[in-house]
Amino acid sequence: MEHAEHAAHVAQQLGPLATHAVSYLWLIPFFPLVGAVINATMGVRLQRKFGKGLVHSISIGAMALSFITACVAFATLLGLDSEHRFLQDTLWNIFTAGKVSVDLGFALDPLSMMMTLIITFIGTLIHVFSTGYMADEPSYWRFFAYLNLFIFSMLLLVMGDNFVLMFFGWEGVGLCSYLLIAFWYTDPQKAAAGMKAFVVNRFGDFGFILGLFLLFWALGGAWHKAPDGKTTYVETDSHAAAYVAAARGEGHGTPHVQVGPTLNFRQLRDQIVITDTGVAENLKSQTVFGFGLLAMVGILLFVGAMGKSAQLPLHVWLPDAMAGPTPVSALIHAATMVTAGVYMVARLNFIFALSPTAMGWVAFIGALTALFAASIGFFQYDIKKVLAYSTVSQLGFMFIGVGVGAYWAGAYHLLTHAFFKATLFLGSGSVILGCHHEQDMRKMGGLGKLMPVTKWTYLVACFAIAGFPWASGFYSKDEILWKAFTQEGLAFPFLGMTPHLGQIIYLMGIIAATGTSFYMFRSYYMTFTGEYRGGHGDEHGHGDDHGHGHTHVPHESPRSITFVLVALATGAVLAAVIGIPYAWTGHAPLLEAWLEPALPAIVKFAEASHSTEYLFQFIGVSAGAIGWFFARMLYKDNESKVPAQLLERWKRAWTVVYNKYYVDELYQGTVIRGSVGLARALSWFDKYLVDGLVNLAGSVTRAFANIDGAIDRYLVDGAVNLVANSTLSAGSILRRVQTGRIQTYLYGALVGAIAIVLINFILQ
Amino acid sequence: MAHLTLTHFLVISALLFGFGLLAVVTRRNAVAVLMGIELILNAANLNLVAFGRYVAGGISGQVFSLFVIVLAAAEAAVGLAIILTLYQMSRNIDASAATTLKE
Repeated sequence: MEHAEHAAHVAQQLGPLATHAVSYLWLIPFFPLVGAVINATMGVRLQRKFGKGLVHSISIGAMALSFITACVAFATLLGLDSEHRFLQDTLWNIFTAGKVSVDLGFALDPLSMMMTLIITFIGTLIHVFSTGYMADEPSYWRFFAYLNLFIFSMLLLVMGDNFVLMFFGWEGVGLCSYLLIAFWYTDPQKAAAGMKAFVVNRFGDFGFILGLFLLFWALGGAWHKAPDGKTTYVETDSHAAAYVAAARGEGHGTPHVQVGPTLNFRQLRDQIVITDTGVAENLKSQTVFGFGLLAMVGILLFVGAMGKSAQLPLHVWLPDAMAGPTPVSALIHAATMVTAGVYMVARLNFIFALSPTAMGWVAFIGALTALFAASIGFFQYDIKKVLAYSTVSQLGFMFIGVGVGAYWAGAYHLLTHAFFKATLFLGSGSVILGCHHEQDMRKMGGLGKLMPVTKWTYLVACFAIAGFPWASGFYSKDEILWKAFTQEGLAFPFLGMTPHLGQIIYLMGIIAATGTSFYMFRSYYMTFTGEYRGGHGDEHGHGDDHGHGHTHVPHESPRSITFVLVALATGAVLAAVIGIPYAWTGHAPLLEAWLEPALPAIVKFAEASHSTEYLFQFIGVSAGAIGWFFARMLYKDNESKVPAQLLERWKRAWTVVYNKYYVDELYQGTVIRGSVGLARALSWFDKYLVDGLVNLAGSVTRAFANIDGAIDRYLVDGAVNLVANSTLSAGSILRRVQTGRIQTYLYGALVGAIAIVLINFILQ
Repeated sequence: MAHLTLTHFLVISALLFGFGLLAVVTRRNAVAVLMGIELILNAANLNLVAFGRYVAGGISGQVFSLFVIVLAAAEAAVGLAIILTLYQMSRNIDASAATTLKE
């Protein structure tokens, strides 16, 4: 699918981004923030006084307003011609320190616009779903406050026009994820899952921030390209940052590009994309400890994405995160937050595209994760665990996309995945609610008759994720795998250029896609076909503490839930419209054309004929069909005895996979035991050495204090008392003179007068 | 009849002052103390008049002594009233026994 636009890209020199200033962008994250603040501060009283209706009205109202504002922004963007689609809203400068200048600014380009629409639209629907799902929850207000806070952070991550805001949002969504996973914090297992998510994310964040520092450091100056083609390094003063004129001086404004360290995405993009600044060349030539600087930046930034988007080996938190309420799993751990890593790589496409090593690393980890997680998904019995591993696997596909340079395809898979995975998760939520908080698929079955809406929407989403051409998943996954196959310019860290890495990744991807289809249909058949296997009066394993006093027959969920399911399933099908491939229609897919200005990276793909592409699409569909066929054969109506026999034969392999390849145990044995051991050693050090020193200092001080006290008591106090006592005794002696009798005084006066007279007389 | 000079007056006045002072210092009876004060005042009056006659001339000395007489009358009235009250309180007019204002 090498269309003309790419060629045009190469030929045409890119200019700086033209921005279109608007003043309402801040409202989009502001509404959820207000909702969160109201519910967090007054929610408990509002809920007691006015009922749960008011609490969720505030939250959903905030979401709806935010979505409407996002739609207005979308309309504004559509009204501009594609070159100028960049809305900017800078509120104020947060701080300026040396070369770092950070504005509270929001920006919407086509990529962040797409994310914002997904977040606000699916977010609103999931808020509505939650009113049904969480209806019996006593701390309803807390749930909605967290949800709104999450949306705020996510919007900050997506809309912030610089790394600082993005990082703030990045941490904010991590916090909300932690709060929501551990929402039922009285259950130690759930609280531990929340902490696990938080801690694992910290590892990723550490990589992210290191990558950020490295990039900032690398930009620490300006580069001038002299006429003889030599690039010289000029250390710039922060107050007189160098301005380098882009060669292309078009009529409008002054096409000046600020060069130097920046945290702003647009400035970063401009100085790297415009080749005349020499920044890109310089970055490419720099090395750190003999390792390509850009590769290092890309790999470190991707470590951040690995944490947030649950890629190998930092994927362990996501399956455990299913301890949270199901709407949270759908919103945070499937549709939005976990895709932040994909968004970040797509956002920084112009940096990743400069380094084949970074690209290869991203794509390879993505492929490995896709395959690995899919295989774990085969044998899970907890319906949410299946979906969790499926999410990890699909995120792997997205990283294949953004790794091989098919940024739009990665973003497209992000969009389609948001719809079908939200449908699947909410469908599973509906099933769990219907089965009174039973998550084990072995205790389900036959729910299709009892929950028709849930069944049909779930089936539609299964077709979407498995990659059948009547739903959206096919278009995005096929595009990713096709681009992976035709990508020849990938390198592997330490190995250098690896020409067939793309094909290897394709192979891993297609196997993972077959697996995806298998485990998704397995979960479908186990849940919805056959006979209901739920025990009676079986109360253990209810995760979400509610739902007593019902009869134990599953029932269809309330209207608020089915409405959302239908809306999302429709979205999962209709999203196909914007991604119909070039080979079918002769023009670029709508989404690719839309995202074009936001993805300036130039990535070359091998030329291939349309017939080859058709062949690969056929392979993609048949991969899905094979998975479907086997799932149907083995699990339909729970009749086949083959799965049990296979399990017997491959017991050992099954045990390894069922236990998730013992990755958790590996962490337990290495990282956790290491940390605990270190903590013990430090505790010993604290207890005996530091405490000893402190106690020694304490006793020395006490001894000194005692001496000082004695001096005070006997010397200083004695002197003071002596003065006081002598004054007292002098007073008691002298008071006898003061009789108070006037006649006595007169005697005195008389004697005195006579004495003066006599002295006078004698002296004369 | 010898001629009266200023010295005669001054001697009489000094004697009066001495008796007055002696009465004030020695007597315990409050009325007697008051009488001693009267004597001292009158010694001063005699001086004023005598100096007015022999030294200054005019009537200013006599005017002063009139004021002092008025003052002495007023003082005697107040003093006697206090002594009367003292007597009513303690059936006693011993000046050294009137110690209730002390401390």
